[in-house]
Amino acid sequence: MTRRKTWLYFIPYGLWLALFVIAPVALIIYQSFFDLGHHFTISNYSTYFQSATYLKMTLNSVWYAFLITLFTGLISYPTAYFLHQLKHRQFWLLLVILPTWINILLKAYAFIGIFSQAGLANQFLTFIGIGPQQILFTNASFIFVATYIQIPFMILPIFNALDDLNPAFVNASRDLGASNWQTFRRVIFPLTLPGVKAGVQAVFIPSLSLFMLTRLIGGNKVITLGTAIEEHFLTTMNWGMGSTIGVVLIIAMIIVMTLTGDQRPKGGTPR
Amino acid sequence: MKRLVSLIIGLLAICGLLAYSSSQLERSSGSTGDKVLNLYNWGDYIDPNLLTKFQKETGYHVNVETFDSNEAMYTKINQGGTHYDLAVPSEYMVAKMKRAHLLQPLDKSRLTGWHNFDPQFLNQSFDRGNRYSMPYFWGTLGIIYNDKFVKASQVQHWQDLWSPKFRDQIMLIDSARDIMGMALVTQHQSMNTTDPQKLLAAEKKLNRLAPNVKAIVADEIKMYMAQDEAAIAVDWSGEAAEMLANNHHLHYVVPSEGSNLWFDNLVIPKTAQHYNAIYAFLNFMSKPANAAQNAAYIGYATPNAKAKALLPKSVRDDRQFYPTQATIDHLQVYRDLSPAKVELYNDRYLEFKMHH
Repeated sequence: MTRRKTWLYFIPYGLWLALFVIAPVALIIYQSFFDLGHHFTISNYSTYFQSATYLKMTLNSVWYAFLITLFTGLISYPTAYFLHQLKHRQFWLLLVILPTWINILLKAYAFIGIFSQAGLANQFLTFIGIGPQQILFTNASFIFVATYIQIPFMILPIFNALDDLNPAFVNASRDLGASNWQTFRRVIFPLTLPGVKAGVQAVFIPSLSLFMLTRLIGGNKVITLGTAIEEHFLTTMNWGMGSTIGVVLIIAMIIVMTLTGDQRPKGGTPR
Repeated sequence: MKRLVSLIIGLLAICGLLAYSSSQLERSSGSTGDKVLNLYNWGDYIDPNLLTKFQKETGYHVNVETFDSNEAMYTKINQGGTHYDLAVPSEYMVAKMKRAHLLQPLDKSRLTGWHNFDPQFLNQSFDRGNRYSMPYFWGTLGIIYNDKFVKASQVQHWQDLWSPKFRDQIMLIDSARDIMGMALVTQHQSMNTTDPQKLLAAEKKLNRLAPNVKAIVADEIKMYMAQDEAAIAVDWSGEAAEMLANNHHLHYVVPSEGSNLWFDNLVIPKTAQHYNAIYAFLNFMSKPANAAQNAAYIGYATPNAKAKALLPKSVRDDRQFYPTQATIDHLQVYRDLSPAKVELYNDRYLEFKMHH
């Protein structure tokens, strides 16, 4: 009886997985083996790996995703750490999360307003005597906006990891004579590393295929794999090639997941 | 668990209620039933007053649904499940839909306004004899410049854009066919060439334009130009009309040596249902007074010669949107290329974007 009931509970979950996770991925892989004439082929893959354009684009995407993740991490860890010390920390956390409720497109347009020739940023630069600069359509502005958008997704897991950290460890470390820095380096940081890893996963993967921002803020000066996918699906209607790039991204995702994944604790490492 | 169940039931109840009330609303606004016409159009691409007038005259209620790209429209109609009576594809998309058997021929015997159209905008390569399409608006590709930064004499021709004076000043519309086409015109080639060597040469030419290119953007180019973000843009006349309306320092030039001539057209998709309404609407829209009112509202050039005659002189003699005959003779209509050839254009263009 109980056995049957467990099965029943599994049905919606199984259906969900099959329909919205397995089927789309399978379809993408299937599509990637067809050329424009709907012939079965692996030419999409050979094109991809032989084309300097695509390889350069891949390197570009990885490089920018790395930079975005790095800056996001550098900002998010201290932020999460100090947020965690505050009295009404759930409230402050809510304020940090709030921007994610706003559509990404709206945020991008807001930044266009801030960074444009007559925008706030340039008004300020003029006011302090530097004079207006070209801010939009630079790599720096692209990384800035992407980092801004990704920050909440990094803060949240780190904050949760800090929350899970047993304060007894920190106290013990202090009692045993460790300095603040030593406590942080030897106790707090290693124990919150899983949160950082989860944050890296949540930020790095979407950053690989950002395409709206590359156009709106970057003015297409930064070309990532997302740009190519958009073009293949919408303009050339070469779904095969678009899917191939999608598969490459999925593989990249698996690699990142493995690299940042939870290694099983070996021996006596405390968890 | 109990709370979860009641939460789910509550959500379902709200959804059901919303679905019911929206169907009620639709019924009361008369959008279902027989006296309707389902029009699938670009956003803000018809004077709403005309729709009211049409309903008053004929009793048909027009439901407008909008799309933002030819490709999105194609995909939606191709996948079926829709019941659009009329759609408004651009010329190359008419050819593509025709080949995919998504269109129904027009019954010319039921059309009363055909003689109003200017013959030079009929019988084009994408639909010989206009078997499937009635032209709606036409336009060009050209240069928009801001007279605060640039003198008119500096930007009359495509080649002028390559001048070192315009370093980091130019915005391009993100469209492979148009930007490659512009480079091809400067090299005296056809905008429809499929010769890989010529396309490679065009890409090389574009790479030399890269230092002048500030950004390659889409729709937001209108906003940027209106805000003086760049001095020069390459875009379609339709977009230009909107920019000019928002910033009177902006002007539009169609280079006389050649450019693209595009058409948006009314067509009947395979899934159409309300034929009386369709022909009533096509006849209504081809009446000179209505076409002129629509042209005045949208600001694009009308292919309806009698309607053009009704427009104020300042509009119909505006060389920005109704170029001289000599310029029109140099304009080229895009031929619908096979997917492999489109890919050729896009690959070269992507290389240029990477370079830039």
